[in-house]
Amino acid sequence: MTPRVVFPNKILPYLLVAPQLAITAIFFYWPASQALYQSMLREDPFGLKSSFVWFANFRKVLADPNYLNSLKVTAIFSVSTAAVAMSVALLLAVMADKVVRSRGLYRTLLIWPYAVAPAIAGMLWLFLFNPSIGSLAYLLRAAGIAWDPLLNGTQAMVLVVAAAAWKQISYNFLFFVAGLQAIPKTLIEAAAIDGAGETKRFWTIVFPLLAPTTFFLLVVNTVYAFFDTFGIIHAVTGGGPGKATETLVYKVYNDGFVNLILGDSAAQSVILMVIVIALTAVQFRYVERKVHYG
Amino acid sequence: MAEPSMLPPASGHDKLMIGQSAAGIYLAHAVLILGVVIVAFPIYYTFVASTHTLQTILRPPLPLVPGSEAVANYSEALFGGIGRIGGVGVGTLLFNSTVTALGIALGKIVISILSAYAIVFYRFPLRMTFFWLIFITLMLPVEVRILPTYKVMVDLGLIDTYAGLIVPLIASATATLLFRQFFLTIPGELVEAARVDGAGPWKFFKDILLPLSRTNIAALFVILFIYGWTQYLWPLLVTNRNDMNTIVIALRKMISFADADTEWHLVMVTAILAILPPILVVVLMQRWFVRGLIETEK
Repeated sequence: MTPRVVFPNKILPYLLVAPQLAITAIFFYWPASQALYQSMLREDPFGLKSSFVWFANFRKVLADPNYLNSLKVTAIFSVSTAAVAMSVALLLAVMADKVVRSRGLYRTLLIWPYAVAPAIAGMLWLFLFNPSIGSLAYLLRAAGIAWDPLLNGTQAMVLVVAAAAWKQISYNFLFFVAGLQAIPKTLIEAAAIDGAGETKRFWTIVFPLLAPTTFFLLVVNTVYAFFDTFGIIHAVTGGGPGKATETLVYKVYNDGFVNLILGDSAAQSVILMVIVIALTAVQFRYVERKVHYG
Repeated sequence: MAEPSMLPPASGHDKLMIGQSAAGIYLAHAVLILGVVIVAFPIYYTFVASTHTLQTILRPPLPLVPGSEAVANYSEALFGGIGRIGGVGVGTLLFNSTVTALGIALGKIVISILSAYAIVFYRFPLRMTFFWLIFITLMLPVEVRILPTYKVMVDLGLIDTYAGLIVPLIASATATLLFRQFFLTIPGELVEAARVDGAGPWKFFKDILLPLSRTNIAALFVILFIYGWTQYLWPLLVTNRNDMNTIVIALRKMISFADADTEWHLVMVTAILAILPPILVVVLMQRWFVRGLIETEK
């Protein structure tokens, strides 16, 4: 219901929206338009002259093996992070849904990583698993595993995925718990009376009914893995070793701020913008309408 | 790793549903305890490390229980200043992070509640244009406009200032949408009644709208405080001076695997102090936190 027009004032509403619009214009629209503009410029090596090159930067970026590598790294990183964070959280939420005793205590103990900054989450894991002083790295090596995430790309990826997923478990857990509570218990009891075992009940009733929550979390986790994990990569691996953990966002930062290749960095920004718009559109189009119950 | 004493007694207070077995409940507790251990371990172990000497930390494996150096390490970090970051003490860093997080949380709430108020309770030309302009910022996170935003900051002289850390992050589509959503549920009769009683726009806002929004504000505050405290890319860009860094950025600067100078005991103390305030906010304001999380994602 929309409230009636209440306060007939010509100027006041503009003053009320002014602060937000001013900040939005200065720090969002102007820079975003600059990013679009710069993505079509190419500067000479000394930054003295720049020429308008239309989509040449995009063609260059998309043909660059380093960029394609970064796309692949991002895909592996995002899929693994979302898969690990969501399956662990789902398992814990299903267990928490079963117990009545100390459910609140479990919740309290499981939600705090949400408050840990991604970069610090990365540092905590690095502290445990770095080859020189990490206690768990020590145990791994004592067990005969050649563990060195600072030199081995796959191990570096495992480490950043673990840190990123660890931090996201809390969030997913809360949403899965809420999703589970919304499923009518009578439905599950009816299936139990009909002789469906626990595993069967989960896969045929609970899991399909959780689909809207799962899908929503899939989108959120993907956005998280794409954008919010910059701190983890920057703090733990710096994109290395080699370029084994260089995600798209890290590459934009690195090319723009460290290597100062402005046109390429801007073109990458614009590609990222397209990805965010697509993800947001998916989120609003499908999550609102709920996933169809099969 | 499941401590038997933490499991419920054999009789159990867990009410069994049809189709549930007592063994299943025990298994559930065991899985949850294992989950809690995994989730808590990195934080616990960092705390343990923060109470040992540098020499102990440098020789893994580290003991599983806290050492005796807690007082020495914490007072050194808080009052002594840390060499690797130019002698800045953790107190300064905590202050910077607190100012940033509070500024972002309060700033976002204030400007969002004002614009949502205007959009819902007034009819004026360009109203929906403004709404969409705010809404679309959802699709423009800092990450996609890093360099040009940085240039704006340089031009405005906002590098190494609190304003620079706070202002660019306080435009929030999410908070505006949330307040708009909530305001739309306020019955028109209430607004009419207030008007009949002679309440002007300011009085209506202050005496009716704000009290009604208390819960939403508290929930948003928790989420936004954590959002502000855990920022990384932005503070990394806009602060160069060590004494203007947030604690998260400073922590990153303190660590180096390349040389042997890293003062790990102080790193551990800083890490614990960096995660403690937001954890306290989440745990102590848990009810608002859960609500805020669910609401902001709608």
